[in-house]
Amino acid sequence: MPHNLKLALYGILALLVLGTVIIGLKKWLKPGPGDRELWLRMRSWWIMAGLFILAIAVNRALSIVFFALVSFLALKEYFSIIPTRRADRRVLFWAYLAIPVQYFWVFEAWFGMFIIFIPVYLFLLIPLKMVIVGETQGFLKAAGTIHWGLMTTVFSLSHAAFLLALPDSGNPAAGSAGLLLFLVFLTQFNDVMQFVWGKLAGRRKVIPKVSPGKTVAGFVGGVATTTLVAWLAAPYLTPLAGWQPIAAGLIIGIGGFVGDVTISALKRDLGIKDSGSLIPGHGGILDRVDSLTYTAPLFFHFVYYLHY
Amino acid sequence: MSRWLQALFFLLIVRPFLALVLGVNLRHAERFPKNGPAILAANHNSHLDTLLLMSLFPQSQLHLLRPVAAADYFLSNPLVAWFSKNIIRILPLKRKVERGDDLFAPLLDELDKGRILILFPEGSRGEPEKMSQFKNGIAHLTSLRPDVPVVPVYLHGLGKVLPKGDWLPIPFFVDGFVGEEIRGIENRTEFMAALKSAFEALTAEGKFSEWE
Repeated sequence: MPHNLKLALYGILALLVLGTVIIGLKKWLKPGPGDRELWLRMRSWWIMAGLFILAIAVNRALSIVFFALVSFLALKEYFSIIPTRRADRRVLFWAYLAIPVQYFWVFEAWFGMFIIFIPVYLFLLIPLKMVIVGETQGFLKAAGTIHWGLMTTVFSLSHAAFLLALPDSGNPAAGSAGLLLFLVFLTQFNDVMQFVWGKLAGRRKVIPKVSPGKTVAGFVGGVATTTLVAWLAAPYLTPLAGWQPIAAGLIIGIGGFVGDVTISALKRDLGIKDSGSLIPGHGGILDRVDSLTYTAPLFFHFVYYLHY
Repeated sequence: MSRWLQALFFLLIVRPFLALVLGVNLRHAERFPKNGPAILAANHNSHLDTLLLMSLFPQSQLHLLRPVAAADYFLSNPLVAWFSKNIIRILPLKRKVERGDDLFAPLLDELDKGRILILFPEGSRGEPEKMSQFKNGIAHLTSLRPDVPVVPVYLHGLGKVLPKGDWLPIPFFVDGFVGEEIRGIENRTEFMAALKSAFEALTAEGKFSEWE
């Protein structure tokens, strides 16, 4: 494993230990009703980070399978919470089949196909299949919601995995896995920092109509912390230099926030609080990867344009 | 022999399939009966209902479970009949009563042996994700064994995964809600009322986007 990558993984481990100690201390010194929830959340962080680190440490293929599985779980959760039509059963099946195919392009590092398969081919294919089924009642809504789900949970998320298909030469000390770790770590770190800053200093709400928990202080503090860490970590893990790490930090900080509130808007529309219950303390898998659906494609294209 | 086949079938096929393709979110799992005799009463939308309910029990308790299933449907084809009897280990129940039949004798017998019966009081799968009127055979059973607890289980989503009349399962997350046990009601009308209100309470716990 590249040297810097190993260092970064130790760093993440240290952060997990630190988080666990802080929550343990809080539970001990200032017990409150939210402790159990925090504890569950921390435990889930350990499991998620463990699986992710394991996948990265073993090899590229396993990391791609890991992301394909995340896409599958997220798409399944999405189809389970939105209204679907019985007539579209076969259409949904095709949508699921798009996952292995899309990640096969990632595995093959076939950029041209990867980038048009869902936005072009599935965009055309899904309505075709629906026309063959022949149910026109609710056609527009179904075609729109199915494609939105594919774009969000499969196309967007697969950009994270495609970072692994980039050549290692960008930053040989970390390899292309360094970029993936940088993106995923900062996206999740940004979520936590927005939460922490919001709890510590949050007063004025940013978008009360969509997400009443989000505050100006949480947003600004989160983006600032994420940008600072991006600036510190970029030389070790990425080919980014000069002004670029700052821009990458802003992209991840702001993009993560937008991804988060987009899924919040979806849940509010459906009248549910969590997208699921797969991850104790966090909710569903969509609740966990919502930020990544924005940061993955945005960060990928930023890096791709500048360095590959 | 069939006990081991059943255990293997669940361990290697049913449990991995349910975990990966479906994913079950079970509320109030602690209300499940820890041992028999007991009756699970669930709503019925799909053939997968039985497999899912059985998989919610630990491997070591599988052999205690006896899903009660329509004899005319499951015993009509020899292959399905073999599978139903030896792998699922159903307890066949005649839907058409003839004079002199004691329909419930085998069920009572299993309860007396400390087994857990799985019953679908709706009688058939019906329209996916729509609950039909409960048949009161279950009340007859409980009037004869009032001390056996009846645990209501409301399942949602399996009708979307595999509805009646289709063979291709489509992945969806599935929700299960376990109710408080009902016990000691001898009067059949009172029992049916209690069961109905238990299901109404469980149904109200979830908020779902239905098929359009």
